Amino acid sequence: MADLQQHAEDVHAQFSDELDITVDEVRERLETLVNDYKVPADEARRSLVNNYLDEADMDREQLGGGGGNERKALADIDTDEEWLDVRAKVVELWEPRSDAISQVGLLGDESGTIKFVAFQSSDLPELEEGAVYRLGNVVTDEYEGRFSVKLNRTTSIERLEEEIEVGDDSTEVEGALVDIQRGSGLIKRCPEEGCTRVLQNGRCSEHGEVEGEFDLRIKAVIDDGEEVHEVIFDQETTEQLTGVTLEEAKEMAMDALDTSVVADEMEASVLGTYYRVRGPTLGRYVLANEFERLGPVDTEAALIEARSI
Amino acid sequence: MSGSAPTREVARRVFATEFNDATYTFKESDEERAPVYALLPTGERANRVFVVGTLTETEDVGSDSEYWQGRVVDPTGTFFAYAGQYQPDAASMLRETEPPQYVSVVGKPRTFETDDGDVNVSVRPESITVVDADTRDRWVVETATRTLERVAAFDDEEAGGEYAAMARERYPDLDVEDYRRAALSALEELDEEETAEEPEPEASA
Repeated sequence: MADLQQHAEDVHAQFSDELDITVDEVRERLETLVNDYKVPADEARRSLVNNYLDEADMDREQLGGGGGNERKALADIDTDEEWLDVRAKVVELWEPRSDAISQVGLLGDESGTIKFVAFQSSDLPELEEGAVYRLGNVVTDEYEGRFSVKLNRTTSIERLEEEIEVGDDSTEVEGALVDIQRGSGLIKRCPEEGCTRVLQNGRCSEHGEVEGEFDLRIKAVIDDGEEVHEVIFDQETTEQLTGVTLEEAKEMAMDALDTSVVADEMEASVLGTYYRVRGPTLGRYVLANEFERLGPVDTEAALIEARSI
Repeated sequence: MSGSAPTREVARRVFATEFNDATYTFKESDEERAPVYALLPTGERANRVFVVGTLTETEDVGSDSEYWQGRVVDPTGTFFAYAGQYQPDAASMLRETEPPQYVSVVGKPRTFETDDGDVNVSVRPESITVVDADTRDRWVVETATRTLERVAAFDDEEAGGEYAAMARERYPDLDVEDYRRAALSALEELDEEETAEEPEPEASA
């Protein structure tokens, strides 16, 4: 029934300016439709919204976004190019890498977090860090298994006077680092606005031949003998993991006239050792926000445990 | 989940004594590129293994082209790793590393039938890396634990599952109790080493 509560809150928020209704009233009417008349929840909501539109003498267009969209928990976003409404807190704002981007950062709700991007051309009001918003009509985007939402010209932004306890969707994996995958080490990313795709032989799959920007990353496999996890280390964590900075990596590649020496050097220092990695799950990857190399093992405890098996 | 990449095979933890007994290999499907599994005597299939031990000897055993053999010793026995032109990184690692060294090996089980009908089991390495003593000790603990878990499941008809049944059928002469004992004594040795080392810790490299 948590779904109905969510629907009720949505609908209530859409009409709270126009009509004197409470969330409980909305919920009750939804429950009648769903439980007594066996109407699917989405259909019940649509019909109720129509009802309220009549009552308030409004057109559907006047509704703050979300008229027809599904509202999704951020952690449930798993489809590319899906139009959605979200209710989320602006957890962090980042420095936009390009002039076309007006704002970029992290949105969070109870289920987890997701990256968002707003473009200059959309001419939207600025979001404030720490504030909670209802964002109507955003569209999802996928890149290498990582999802984000894009705000656009049709996105409605409504600031909500409520607090969201942002959920922690991070996982922890532990095991031996058994493989470093292709596309690791010193890489080049597309400099086109909002792109950041990794170049293959100097080419971006979207923008063709471009002058790339250097970056460091490691795509690794952590294996505990029972399960495998793919883990991505970004520039910062790659530097911590390998002790090789981006500048040093560039020098190494320059000396060797080959970028692959960087990954080779990194492999020698991390392959075959044990790590514990923590971070959010993005598609099939765990993004390594924190990690530690596992040191000496407690053999006495292991022996006691082993004797009990 | 459409279009998802084929799942990567997990790297099993197994001591040399059990690994070298895993002479039976099989595929789960008729497809040409289907993965090949070695059947571990304790009732698990292994398409990949992760091994940490002491590289004690390396030798180029190739006739026409380089073919490197490495002996990797764990508390229970010796793994044989072979790397040739199709494993250039592992081959150059074996060429250049001066034994003895602790190494970790990620690789695939391979079997080879000798002229007198014996089956030798070896590792075809995907990577070989020099590691420290902590990593080696952690591997011994982990591998002992996993082995004991497999043996416990093996003895339990219910939990053992299809690979335990397959192992009973394919390896009628092997006794999983041997692997249980080997795993326990590996742990006990490690524990004794540590206790002995404690009063005067060695400077580590």
